[in-house]
Amino acid sequence: MSFWINPLKVAADWLEGLLTGWGLDPTLAHVLVAFLGVMLLIVILMVIDIFLVWIERKTVARFQDRLGPNRLGPFGLIQPFADIIKLIIKEDTTPGGADKVVYNLAPILSMMSVLVVWAVVPLAPVMLGVDLNVGVLFLIAAGAIGTLSIIMAGWSSNNKFALIGGFRQVAVMVAFEIPMLTMLMIPTILAGSMNMNDIIQAQGGRWFFLLSPLGALIFLIAAIAELGRAPFDLAEGESELVAGFNIEYSGMKFGMFYAGELLHAMTFGGIWAILFFGGYRFFGLELVSPFLAIPIFLAKALIGYWIIMWVKYTMMRIRIDQMLIFNWVFLTPLSFVLLMVTALLNVLLRDASTWVYAVSMFASNLLVGWIALEVARSMSKKERTKGEGNSLSLRRGVG
Amino acid sequence: MLLEYIAIAVMIAVATLIAGIAIGLGELFGPKKASAAKSMPYESGMNPYGEGTRRMPVRFYLIAVLFILFDIEVVFLLPWAITFRKLGLFGLIEMAIFIVILLIGYVYAWGKGALEWE
Repeated sequence: MSFWINPLKVAADWLEGLLTGWGLDPTLAHVLVAFLGVMLLIVILMVIDIFLVWIERKTVARFQDRLGPNRLGPFGLIQPFADIIKLIIKEDTTPGGADKVVYNLAPILSMMSVLVVWAVVPLAPVMLGVDLNVGVLFLIAAGAIGTLSIIMAGWSSNNKFALIGGFRQVAVMVAFEIPMLTMLMIPTILAGSMNMNDIIQAQGGRWFFLLSPLGALIFLIAAIAELGRAPFDLAEGESELVAGFNIEYSGMKFGMFYAGELLHAMTFGGIWAILFFGGYRFFGLELVSPFLAIPIFLAKALIGYWIIMWVKYTMMRIRIDQMLIFNWVFLTPLSFVLLMVTALLNVLLRDASTWVYAVSMFASNLLVGWIALEVARSMSKKERTKGEGNSLSLRRGVG
Repeated sequence: MLLEYIAIAVMIAVATLIAGIAIGLGELFGPKKASAAKSMPYESGMNPYGEGTRRMPVRFYLIAVLFILFDIEVVFLLPWAITFRKLGLFGLIEMAIFIVILLIGYVYAWGKGALEWE
């Protein structure tokens, strides 16, 4: 096996041979090499995370017609390292009356929940941490730890703003998890498997985005809400809550929340790419070498991340009642209808030709989306003509 | 199979360790000068009054209950989503009936005003 086809396997075999050559037990050598592999993956992720700070700052600067960091190093590339040094030498204050264990555990869990997701992310056809057959379910489980870290941070800080911010954020995350879970099922149905690598392999020839554009859109909206980014960033609400759940955190603990959020955003870009845009697939180039497949996947993930940033820096914040009603009354029923339509078409068109199948899937998605928008429009029009003054009525959030 | 879950356990352990080290670095190099004013909860410069952890509106808990309703629905949908090619039209109709039953609960919650904020 050549190094260019499967570099990790070659390196692992060489290392295992070396270790057993030194007289180590083969099982122990295997475990040690696996441990080193995990270390390598996490270290690479942390390095990417450091540069995400630079990417985010540079991009927001461009959106706001500024230059962004440009003093330290070429294009300000050294800036994130200066940020880290600053965060490290800041004092970690703990508010009086805080629950110390929970307070200190929350930022660790926040970072951990994001890093763990990458265990099931296939970077290349031959390079994936764990080939889990319930990969999609694992994503949900890891995401739930992130939700937990936010309520832990909000509750343990002994601060009213943190508590309100934490509750709001968790309410939004929990509510938008429903459409997200439903949309995770659409690639599962199309591929017939929850394994991430199987989902990518099933996208040969056509990406799932072409079969389910509405599904990809709903997943993106739910992902943005899950991240707590604008327009769903009311947990932050700087004019009312100062900074939301992480208000009492300083120094590196705040840094963990911040870095975790950035990496989470890119992770969602990556998951979006895997589920709907073929992951590392790009016209057969991924088969040449993992050294081509990984940049393809990272580029897709970064494009997804860029779209999330684009939405964040363009949209304004919406109120919590609008947000939750948008979810319960519009997004959740729509996602269930879309799921059933997808399943029905998959059963009916099982024997149809590829073109008929693809075109009818695409058309059905557009039709479902158009009908949903028309229903929402007519409902909100009815609500407006009723004229209920300032009361926050049920259907207003939709229109 | 088991080996894969061990790998995930290692991943969780290493990820926790790395995050812990990063925070430990902050503890190591940061100054430690505690004072009464510093340990006060931040309330935009005002002296905080009352407890920090207080009762929250029941609406948040309502969302949590609604979440459980739908989450369990999704948990039952997941195995069907994988095997539905084998189950065919029969499985689809079964699932449609299941979703309609949950739809009744959804309509009831909507009618009761549980989906409304305020």
